[in-house]
Amino acid sequence: MARIIVVTSGKGGVGKTTSSAAISMGLALRGHKTVVIDFDVGLRNLDLIMGCERRVVYDLVNVINGEATLNQALIKDKRCSELFILPASQTRDKDALSIEGVGKILEDLAKDFEYIVCDSPAGIERGATMAMYFADDAIVVTNPEVSSVRDSDRMLGILASKSRRAETAEEPIREYLLLTRYNPERVEQGEMLSVEDVQEILSLQLLGVVPESKAILNASNSGTPVILDTDSDAGQAYSDIVARYLGEDKPQRFIVKEKQGLFKKLFGGK
Amino acid sequence: MSLLDYFRSRKTNTASVAKQRLQILVAHERASRNQPSYLPKMQQELLAVIRKYVHVDEEAISISFEQNGNEETLELNIVFPDEMRAG
Repeated sequence: MARIIVVTSGKGGVGKTTSSAAISMGLALRGHKTVVIDFDVGLRNLDLIMGCERRVVYDLVNVINGEATLNQALIKDKRCSELFILPASQTRDKDALSIEGVGKILEDLAKDFEYIVCDSPAGIERGATMAMYFADDAIVVTNPEVSSVRDSDRMLGILASKSRRAETAEEPIREYLLLTRYNPERVEQGEMLSVEDVQEILSLQLLGVVPESKAILNASNSGTPVILDTDSDAGQAYSDIVARYLGEDKPQRFIVKEKQGLFKKLFGGK
Repeated sequence: MSLLDYFRSRKTNTASVAKQRLQILVAHERASRNQPSYLPKMQQELLAVIRKYVHVDEEAISISFEQNGNEETLELNIVFPDEMRAG
């Protein structure tokens, strides 16, 4: 039975698509057959972050409308044979997503895949509610910043009231906090909410912390999920996150300031 | 940036301000999230009824809904204007 994971946040630009790409690649690299679906109808970007933008022929809405089969729309990743991408449509309106249509697609995918990662659009409109409706697990991507934390809390409220699991009174969605764009130095200086602060406010289980990193932009520039950049801090952070999601016990990293040597201080670091 | 600013900026810890603001806001929003959906409309209608008889401001009425375990409390608070009490 497949596990459906929604990557959500409410606020835009916090790293949902980056996280969806990295986590789905991480799961696939560990041998779990995974599909990642872009729910941002009208503003698709997962294809670009995954580096498969020129291979998109059919999309999620085509499949819902019966204009293409799932197999026609799924794009097989060139780096990892266990990973597939289902892109969002770029042109049509959001109303194309129906509960029945999305439910049918997820049901069909669940027969073939172990993990279904749903990359939610920002906001609380249809795309976002559809992405989370069928979820078993929710990864709430949050920046250590007031508006992002507030929006995350709002999403938690929606997860708890408007999801399938809430409506059918099943075991609730498992919710995890993923803190991104973290800057330990600024936290130390009292300029940024700490991971403990955010956890305390949202009372969520911490899946991991991704530091603010140059590797993220480099990865998106080249269409490579950042987890493949195994030398980078962000890449390693996502590897840990995938391991923790799968139940491994990995100590948290990247939450304290790296000790800088005198040389680095004087001549600048990387 | 002057030396004085340097010391001053170290004192104002904006992260703790952010945390306090968020804690208050989130608590408030969570409380209103659990409110029944009819509450705002009921508040308006109650206000309309009261205003038929007494001239009160819109801000003079407040309704709060609290949930403690199985117990739900609906509190309605109306502040009458001064001339009413005098008259």
